[in-house]
Amino acid sequence: MKKTIITVVGQDTVGITAKVCTYLAENNINILDITQTIVDGYFNMMMITDTSMCSKKISVISEELDAVGTEIGVVIHAQLEDIFTKMHRI
Amino acid sequence: MINMYEVNETNKMIEQENLDVRTITLGISLLDCIDADLQELNRKIYEKITRLASRLVETGEDISKEFGVPIVNKRISITPIALVGGAACKTPEDFVTLAKTLDRAAKEVGVNFIGGYSATVCKGMTQADELLIRSIPQALASTERVCSSVNLGSTKTGINMDAVRLMGEIVLETAEATKEDDSLGCAKLVVFCNAPDDNPFMAGAFHGVTEADAIINVGVSGPGVVKTALEQVRGESFEVLCETIKKTAFKVTRVGQLVAQEASKRLGIPFGIVDLSLAPTPAIGDSVADILCEIGLEYAGAPGTTAALALLNDQVKKGGVMASSYVGGLSGAFIPVSEDQGMIDAVVANALTIEKLEAMTCVCSVGLDMIAIPGDTKASTISGIIADECAIGMVNQKTTAVRIIPVIGKGVGETVEFGGLLGYAPIMPVNPYSCEAFVSRKGRIPAPIHSFKN
Repeated sequence: MKKTIITVVGQDTVGITAKVCTYLAENNINILDITQTIVDGYFNMMMITDTSMCSKKISVISEELDAVGTEIGVVIHAQLEDIFTKMHRI
Repeated sequence: MINMYEVNETNKMIEQENLDVRTITLGISLLDCIDADLQELNRKIYEKITRLASRLVETGEDISKEFGVPIVNKRISITPIALVGGAACKTPEDFVTLAKTLDRAAKEVGVNFIGGYSATVCKGMTQADELLIRSIPQALASTERVCSSVNLGSTKTGINMDAVRLMGEIVLETAEATKEDDSLGCAKLVVFCNAPDDNPFMAGAFHGVTEADAIINVGVSGPGVVKTALEQVRGESFEVLCETIKKTAFKVTRVGQLVAQEASKRLGIPFGIVDLSLAPTPAIGDSVADILCEIGLEYAGAPGTTAALALLNDQVKKGGVMASSYVGGLSGAFIPVSEDQGMIDAVVANALTIEKLEAMTCVCSVGLDMIAIPGDTKASTISGIIADECAIGMVNQKTTAVRIIPVIGKGVGETVEFGGLLGYAPIMPVNPYSCEAFVSRKGRIPAPIHSFKN
């Protein structure tokens, strides 16, 4: 299973999670874990997802989610989990 | 499982502190292209480079998108051309045709630099070495992406002073040949002592003869990340300072290691090394000089600079070696002037001189780098500067280098603009006294006593 970390950061507004989850559902991406906080109106969400059933390349998912983010005024990144585990785990 | 704090820390490094992978460099051996027929040699070189590197740029961009980390440059290093071209090239002009072929191949595959228009002449020059060296000014003036380097000495062999003298003239001729572009050719020309075979960074990258047919080397960077980490430990002890640099270097290097392994897997080319360098860019917040200031100096160049740099360099290596089993190349802190806004500021404030930079090169990973000097500097003076750097490298068993740019038509007080990653630089004064009689002596400086370890 290839885990992909999706982060969403930006000004809180109605429907951020819905938009992102709709995209994930449409693309057959399974959510394994969600962490989300709002500090001073600032929305911060991290999702651990399984993209192995999605037919698209991670680079394409990343670009499309970026576009979704631009549409709702937040910054969305999709990155393979390895960059974080390599950096923070020995 | 990874948590939000860790994810945010990594992304903050990338977005706000300029963490990036500075280069994926594909090393390609051209030894099997050797041919006595010049046209055939050119054809084979072009064919091999474009075949092996055809997917390099695309793969780099894919990895960059998938991990969300910028990979700034995709580059190629090749076997020193003096070795490859020796059989076919009878004149400097013959070598220039090879430079043009390299340039064409680089453009075809989309890399921004190709390094290895080089000769290794630590102890003596073959006829081919000398022809190549004499062709450098024309080669750099007539190409865009070709980088050239010459290894002039080593701890094992001593310093080839005949080549040092020649390179003083070649640097000036290169400056003259590219004077329309503020002598930009010299930014693509570096001389070394103890040059490593697996350096991924330009202008000094070449694919040594000790290497495999093709290899992936990766250079990481991240001065901004180290600086930001140090902001949290102002006033703390040296132990805390060192620990912070080490931990940060570890994290930065792990990203390089990951990218190197991925690139190697996807291209089907073995992974060589990760180069742990802190390589600055002219971007604000991407400066090695700023780290020195954060350690406690008013400007880079102030008393204490050499000690602070020694500490920084050592901790970067200590953190980095834990993160990757194969480290190599230059690995340490680079101290170029034009590519580092903090260094430029220090020169403008008269805090930093060439002599202090020379002292700093004793403890950093490379040498006198991207320093603009007056265009009327004598060739013998440039040779003297090169000889000094080589001596530091030879005696201290480390790599040293010189990449200086005599800017034709400009003098002290003026500024030169190279553009892009090469930045801009105020022209620095050079000691006016002569070393003509010294560099005019023929032959070589013998290897130091501690080289005899057999």
